[in-house]
Amino acid sequence: MFEFMDVGYGSMLSVPDLRIGDEQITSLVGVSGSGKTTVLRLLNKMISPTRGKIFFQGVCLEQINPVQHRRNVVMLSQVPVIFKGTIRDNLCVGLRFQERKAPEDTALNRILKDVRLAKSLDLNAARLSGGERQRLALARVLLLDARVYLLDEPSSALDDDTEEFIFDMLTSHARQTGKTIVMVTHSRIIARRYADVRIEMADGKCVQRACPHE
Amino acid sequence: MNDIIDLSILQIGMAYIFVLMVLVVVRVRGIRREAEIVISSVRMTLQLILVGYVLVYVFDHPGPLSTGIIIALMEVFAICTVLWKFRAKLTNPLRRVIVFSMCLGTLSCIFYFLLVVVRISPWYDPRYVVPIAGMLIGNSMTGISLGVQLLIEGMTTQKSIVEEALVLGATPGAATREIINSTFDAAILPTINSMIGMGIVFLPGMMTGQILSGIVPTTAIAYQIAIMLGILGAVSLTVIIMLQLGCRTFFNHQDQLR
Repeated sequence: MFEFMDVGYGSMLSVPDLRIGDEQITSLVGVSGSGKTTVLRLLNKMISPTRGKIFFQGVCLEQINPVQHRRNVVMLSQVPVIFKGTIRDNLCVGLRFQERKAPEDTALNRILKDVRLAKSLDLNAARLSGGERQRLALARVLLLDARVYLLDEPSSALDDDTEEFIFDMLTSHARQTGKTIVMVTHSRIIARRYADVRIEMADGKCVQRACPHE
Repeated sequence: MNDIIDLSILQIGMAYIFVLMVLVVVRVRGIRREAEIVISSVRMTLQLILVGYVLVYVFDHPGPLSTGIIIALMEVFAICTVLWKFRAKLTNPLRRVIVFSMCLGTLSCIFYFLLVVVRISPWYDPRYVVPIAGMLIGNSMTGISLGVQLLIEGMTTQKSIVEEALVLGATPGAATREIINSTFDAAILPTINSMIGMGIVFLPGMMTGQILSGIVPTTAIAYQIAIMLGILGAVSLTVIIMLQLGCRTFFNHQDQLR
């Protein structure tokens, strides 16, 4: 699905060769500052490589309309921004940006249940805790029903129990619907347990690529 | 009605008592503003004397060239004031946007106002063109200054919100919609407020000048209504052009934040 050809981003990243498969769950693992988030931002086209080329389904990213690409390849930021307004407003904001119709409350409540956020849709989102905000942002991204999800530390503010619940839900959702997930995680346990492919990163380089299930 | 009292040099000199009064107040209160007050008073006096002689010459020798030069000088001075005020914060594309929006916003309103609303003939009659252009350009300069300041602040303090919107698939226009709307609102608010207080809280300078120079108050009011609407139009047009185009300068051709 994604192919890196001698990609560099300043002195922060140097990836001579990397392939990310379609309908797979790929995890990027590494210490802070190893370039994981930079890879996600390159995939989402929030930044462009300063050297080399990235291909998405055989087409160079430079040739693809950036807004359309971001609608196909959505990203959950590590510290997601919560917009002014209610939980409903925040759930629908991505759809609004993409000029799509907001679903009924039943569907919104279902997605909140999927991320274990039992809150009223009318609650002011500013009143949510860090973990709740992260789950709200995840629900917002899932609601976009994109082809690829780029998740930057989606469980960094969650307790162990909720983390496991969220990853079980995410992986089963991706496998049932044929989605591609690229997730950044600091946890090798999570990567081993849920990912089809694990990419280890250090100092802006991919140092190892492994398939935990093989 | 037309018996205008001419002010002698002595009479004007007596008005400087107000400057002395302010100087005494700041000296007694220990506010170190004496130099600025003196300099601004002297500058105002010299600038107005100079402009007075220039206007006398231009009014006596009306022509498209002299009127054109005066409009161009006003425009250049207004643009330079804005560029100088934000000199360290402006990128070259944003500088170009400011120049373009000031010229397009003010000139289109000036010529519409003079040729369609007032219907002056010839088009370069300096008695109409100079004061009306001055008011439209001056107010647009104030509006665009506020707009530039708030746009830069908004794009800096709300960068994470804009970025989150882009990540979720927003176009740059949709991602910056809130910043543009609130900036436009704030930039035209002083003009709207002055329209609300007009005639009740204060009489504007143009109207006061016309009444003092012997024009019937109803004529002065008709001009004032038209000029206030012209100012609203010029400020709004200048600011919205600057915001729409200026916002794009914060993004590159791949719709990424610079």
